[in-house]
Amino acid sequence: MTNATPPAGLSRELIALRAARELEPGWVVNLGIGLPTLVAGFVEPSDNILFQAENGILGYSGISESDFDSDLINAGGQPVDLVPGASFFDTADSFAMIRGGHIDAAVLGGLQVSEQGDLANWYVPARGGGSVGGAMDLAVGARKLIIAMAHVTREGEPRIVEACDYPLTAERCVDVIITDLAVIDVTESGLMLRERAPGITAAAVEEWTGAALLIPDDVPEMSL
Amino acid sequence: MQAEVFDTPDAAVSDIPDGATILVGGFVSAGTPSNLILALKQTGQTGLTAVANNIGLGDLLDELCEDRQLAKVIATFAIRASGTRSSRFEAQYRAGEAELELVPQGTLIERLRAGGAGLGGVLTKTGLGTTMAEGKQTLELDGERWLLERPLRGDVALLKAWRGDRHGNLQYRLAGLNFNPVMATAADLVIAEVEQIVEPGEIPPESVGTPAIYVDRLVQCEPIPVRWDG
Repeated sequence: MTNATPPAGLSRELIALRAARELEPGWVVNLGIGLPTLVAGFVEPSDNILFQAENGILGYSGISESDFDSDLINAGGQPVDLVPGASFFDTADSFAMIRGGHIDAAVLGGLQVSEQGDLANWYVPARGGGSVGGAMDLAVGARKLIIAMAHVTREGEPRIVEACDYPLTAERCVDVIITDLAVIDVTESGLMLRERAPGITAAAVEEWTGAALLIPDDVPEMSL
Repeated sequence: MQAEVFDTPDAAVSDIPDGATILVGGFVSAGTPSNLILALKQTGQTGLTAVANNIGLGDLLDELCEDRQLAKVIATFAIRASGTRSSRFEAQYRAGEAELELVPQGTLIERLRAGGAGLGGVLTKTGLGTTMAEGKQTLELDGERWLLERPLRGDVALLKAWRGDRHGNLQYRLAGLNFNPVMATAADLVIAEVEQIVEPGEIPPESVGTPAIYVDRLVQCEPIPVRWDG
């Protein structure tokens, strides 16, 4: 690394907005805890995207501003509002949806993603213990796995690496990585830079990526 | 068929022995039997193994760590990702005083389902290629690899439902189902706290979330609101 800190890229909100653009009308989508929960705020109602929460809701619209009902929360414990036609079910049904291939996409946070699309997002070695929740099932079962995360750690270390040194969530599961600096697809031939954040050069993305990056001749800036 | 109705949560849990394995329904605040958890704190059993989705995220299960009642926790969320706040359980786990078995959520529910449904195990792809597969058997069937996960049962299950009738039928509200219906099948003694006890027939048959056959004890309590503070 030649620079001590990476260039300023997208805010958390803009990462969530860009992740929302990956979702197609009519999809059923599960959002992980943290930054991914913001994605629900950036979809158009007319797109009829249904959000699934692994604690047993299909069809919530976002975080509720009304009174807290302890029986109406998402998987992050946040109060949610329902859309017309929502349903409740138990955890066995919920994970039948998830492992059974019924969820079109999941947006999860990440600690590390490897160039083969391995994901590590449940265990920080320096902390130990860990919390896995539904992440391993979602990584295995969602048809499209979108990872929304900061491009580098607070210490400036790349999170996109040749091989994860954090314990894995699942092997070869990630389809696309959305960070403050770039949109990167995991392809058969390797990590492919698809878009750059406004003001960020392809060379800068490459510099802060810890794995080989395929860079097409023309890499467009994200339109946000 | 008649469930035994108890006047207080303490009375409903007082004969649970030390060393019991206890399934605890709920997901953070939803469908969580907080009255029964606090009753266990009062009655003071020790050496317990708790099986629950979460501990130490604002739930009252962590209260059982104050008097070191939990020897082991089997859960999906137990240690916060950031180190800014720590639960009593986390402190005891780090001190080597309490054991943690972390299980993926979809695997935890299917292990319980197998335990309650008379099945010998579950084959899943969840956890393959990760530390969760260490020490476990993998099988190859028709060219696909699977991880074998073994059934899980409790001596006791503590559940929370909205209404229960005197037969023991339970009706849940909103997202209060989560782990409760499956845990109801997977323990020798099933105790449910409900907001209302009603007469048989008041819960429409199609609205019964847990049929009475699984439920041994009922106690009516005001729900205790808790909130995720993870």
